[in-house]
Amino acid sequence: MIQHNFVLMLAGLLFALSVAGIFLNRKNVILLLMCIELMLLAVNFNFVAFSRQLGDLHGQVFVFFILTVAAAESAIGLAILVVLFRERKSINVEQLDTMKG
Amino acid sequence: MSITEILFYAFSGVLIIAAIGVITARNPVHAALFLVFAFFNSAVLWLLLQAEFLAIVLVLVYVGAVMVLFLFVVMMLDVNVAQLREGFTRYAPLGLLIAALVVVEIGSVVWVKQIGGVPAANPAATMVQESNTRALGELLYTKYLYPFELAAVLLLLAIVAAIVLTMRHRAGAKQQDVGAQVAVRARDRIRMVKMDAEKQP
Repeated sequence: MIQHNFVLMLAGLLFALSVAGIFLNRKNVILLLMCIELMLLAVNFNFVAFSRQLGDLHGQVFVFFILTVAAAESAIGLAILVVLFRERKSINVEQLDTMKG
Repeated sequence: MSITEILFYAFSGVLIIAAIGVITARNPVHAALFLVFAFFNSAVLWLLLQAEFLAIVLVLVYVGAVMVLFLFVVMMLDVNVAQLREGFTRYAPLGLLIAALVVVEIGSVVWVKQIGGVPAANPAATMVQESNTRALGELLYTKYLYPFELAAVLLLLAIVAAIVLTMRHRAGAKQQDVGAQVAVRARDRIRMVKMDAEKQP
């Protein structure tokens, strides 16, 4: 029998690792997108764990929708990235300062 | 300790190692491959957690589509890795500190919940009667039908947006202009010329 707490801790560890990844690779947009995917995976782990613990399938339906949105997000994000690279010849976050943000 | 527990711990460890590989890999291609590995391990863990349909969907959609897209983009862009990695060690302590903070916070919440006596629902007692896919489908096509269709529209939107963003018109490329084709009139194409009949030589 898998303990509920261990699944939650695993999801927390995964989320923390992806947060650390965003800090470590904060110049590379591709790796930032990958870290966001990893974060979404950690969140999905929580949904699956609680769905199993409570015997309720609604959590898995939410995971399904999160997967859909994440797929759409990464497709559009990568398209923007390709356009950006064509325009600037670089994907360094520090050089994306046209909008003076 | 049952076999499922041993499998769970083993695959959890490999998943954490793969996640560390994603965030520390020197080459973006290696990072993407580590992420594929992490998704595979997550699929196995979801199988152990009795979410069979979602495990298969994770492998098919994520490993099969999204990560292949990532690999395409990583290999298509000619990225200067050394320039992008400067400052890696400078921000490592801050990143690790915040990661440790997140772990401590989540861990404390989980631990307090545990000793606080959340009613331990009977895990997996109600879900084993029928197949996971069938139960999920019944829920998805009745109660969540409208959100399901919205998700389909969202995917269509993503397709259109990605194509529109990345399409470019090269100078000199031959292509049809459908608007011009439809707008054409017969008199633009055929000109009636009045002339006298010619005598055959």
